[in-house]
Amino acid sequence: MAGNILIAKDLKKSYGDLEAVKGVSFSILEGEIFSLLGPNGAGKTTTISMLCCLLEPTAGEAEIGGHSIAKEPMDVKRLIGVVPQDLALYEALTASQNLVFWGQMYGMGGQALKNRIVEVLEQVGLSDRANSRVDTFSGGMKRRLNIAVGLMHKPSLLFMDEPTVGIDPQSRRNILDMVKDLRSQGMTVLYTTHYMEEAEELADRVGIIDHGQLIALGTQKELTHLVGEMETLRLHFNEDESTADLLSKFEKVPGVKAASATDHQIILTVADASDVLPEVMNASAAAGVRIRSIDIQEPNLESVFLHLTGRALRN
Amino acid sequence: MKRVLSICWKDLIITLNDRSALVFMLLAPFLLTLGLGLVTGSFSTSSSGSLEDIPVMVVNHDDGQMGQILIDVLFSEDLATLLEPQLTDDEDAARQAVKSQDAYAAVIIPAGFSENMLLGDVESIALVPLVEVYSNPGAPISASIVQSIVSEVVNQMYTRRVSLSVTIGGLMATGRLDASQKEAFTTEMAGRLGGQQESTSLVTVNVNQGEPEEQVNYLAYLAPGMAVLFLMYTVTQGSRSLLMERSMGTLQRMLTTPTRSVEVLGGKLLSIFVTGLLQMVVLVAGSGLLFGLDWGSPIGVILLLVAVVAAATGWGILLASVARSASQVSSIGTAMMLLFGILGGTFIPASMFSEPVRLLGKLTPNAWAMDGFTLLATGGTLTDLVPSLLALLGLTVVLFGLAVGLSRKRWASGFLK
Ligand SMILES: Nc1ncnc2c1ncn2[C@@H]1O[C@H](COP(=O)(O)OP(=O)(O)OP(=O)(O)O)[C@@H](O)[C@H]1O
Ligand SMILES: [Mg+2]
Repeated sequence: MAGNILIAKDLKKSYGDLEAVKGVSFSILEGEIFSLLGPNGAGKTTTISMLCCLLEPTAGEAEIGGHSIAKEPMDVKRLIGVVPQDLALYEALTASQNLVFWGQMYGMGGQALKNRIVEVLEQVGLSDRANSRVDTFSGGMKRRLNIAVGLMHKPSLLFMDEPTVGIDPQSRRNILDMVKDLRSQGMTVLYTTHYMEEAEELADRVGIIDHGQLIALGTQKELTHLVGEMETLRLHFNEDESTADLLSKFEKVPGVKAASATDHQIILTVADASDVLPEVMNASAAAGVRIRSIDIQEPNLESVFLHLTGRALRN
Repeated sequence: MKRVLSICWKDLIITLNDRSALVFMLLAPFLLTLGLGLVTGSFSTSSSGSLEDIPVMVVNHDDGQMGQILIDVLFSEDLATLLEPQLTDDEDAARQAVKSQDAYAAVIIPAGFSENMLLGDVESIALVPLVEVYSNPGAPISASIVQSIVSEVVNQMYTRRVSLSVTIGGLMATGRLDASQKEAFTTEMAGRLGGQQESTSLVTVNVNQGEPEEQVNYLAYLAPGMAVLFLMYTVTQGSRSLLMERSMGTLQRMLTTPTRSVEVLGGKLLSIFVTGLLQMVVLVAGSGLLFGLDWGSPIGVILLLVAVVAAATGWGILLASVARSASQVSSIGTAMMLLFGILGGTFIPASMFSEPVRLLGKLTPNAWAMDGFTLLATGGTLTDLVPSLLALLGLTVVLFGLAVGLSRKRWASGFLK
């Protein structure tokens, strides 16, 4: 049985009056993909920044590979790879030149460095663009190179902070497959995202973070159990319909545990969809609002978030 | 240390890839020197190189002793290495030779020069242009040397003539000499006067090093000024790149690798210094070749360059330690570059400034660089250079100290992150 590669205890970070992270504790098992799932501003990046010794925690402690992040930051940094949320690359350099530089920053050199660059470029699918300047790359290619930098020294633990933000579906597919490959090679990954689907696809365990607090943590099965046997009812409306009045009506329908509205959608957490549906249809008919389509979903991370916070994950 | 070099090397590659930076660093100073040089007509083959064998045309319309004395001086052994005089009767040809720069000056001794010198009224002699030195503005140093030789000779003749006439006046007043004897006496005295003259005692050639601004070719003055002006651009870019890396996140990323923050800052510092030094070497070597400038003692030039770049780097990091963003560095940096250029005497020699302004200028690397380069170009030795080097070193230490002091607080409050 593999041990914990990371243990975080009650990490806190304040920016003046703002408590960005309010005491987060979790641990990551060697070889697993651990996902921190949370909306914008939840404190994901702040948490990662503390773990990779970039930000000093206001309080709390963490150990990576048995080394304290506060007392032995250099030992910690040798073990970790970081893929920051915002691209951190030199646009005026080629892909290879970037990798040479970052490899050297990890203390690599000589033939080992050269070989590793070939390997890593292959891994992220940029071998044919090795000698192109980064400013000629598409957004997706830059994201992949950003990941390649974090892989250079074969870290034991890789931090990936929203690595798929703002790219096309195909590049995202690429990256998700890449992360799965990394796991099969035995790498441990801390993956943050605000896409429920990504956490669902990749993560062995998920920590749901909101307003600086870890509000749930466990395997996907464990988390969905929190919602019980609840189902999610997703109602889509036409663009010109107002859903504001409906929401309050739906909340009063018996059997509805939680309700939230996003653009032209109302999401209901319900005990049994078939019980609730007729009442919901009546309520919207009475309000003169036409429902365009209805989805019924088995419990998922989205419904967990909704159940726990009363809000949809995507805001 | 390896990481410091990696950071420096990375920055050098980025700079070499940045065409507009290269234009500013290397091309702009050349073009400005070239432009200002053309405007002021400073180009000549003589420039500030070693002054030897200055070609001079000599035209003598005088048939008396005094004209001959002047010619003897010009052709004398003592001036043989400095001047290469050529005697001709054709005044027009002489002037033409100067115009076409075959000669740098023509010395034209007018008819009746001796007569005027010896017999004219003492008061009126001074008013007559006695000997004309016709020169080419393209060779200002050579021309001014010939000019000074000629005026030295003529002045001495004039001084002796004045004392002679005082003597005659005295003799006449005491009745020892009457008017009828005056003319014969004067002629005889003048004959002795001419005969006694040793050319060496009559003229001392003094290529003055005390006031080099007036003597050095304007180009030799302009080129180092422009080089240092644009050195300030380079250090500004360097300090800007530090803040850019912070906003791009590459600085933070470096700090997630096993790299210490001192190594990161050391690397950035080294890259500013090395970039500046490379720029200066290219500019000095390039303008030396292009404009035919002799910068003087090579070791002196290297020491001076290192010291100037170090002080400029000091200003760069001080700027980086107070500015809040890359764009702030750019705007303050541009203002600083121009202000330093002016205060440092890049455009107007600092000797023309009022004392307080001149002292203020001493805070700029530019001023010390101008002093140092002028000194070396006019044949100054390493010993002469020591004060400039010490001043630059002191400036560097103070600026680094200030920058570190100001940055400490910032780093402690997590500025790098
Ligand atoms: N340097 C800072 N100064 C002040 N407040 C900050 C700073 N960095 C982050 N915050 C605040 O801390 C909170 C958490 O931010 P953080 O970047 O960790 O969120 P996140 O989960 O990564 O969000 P996103 O999905 O948008 O990346 C936010 O409210 C943010 O405004
Ligand atoms: Mg983030």
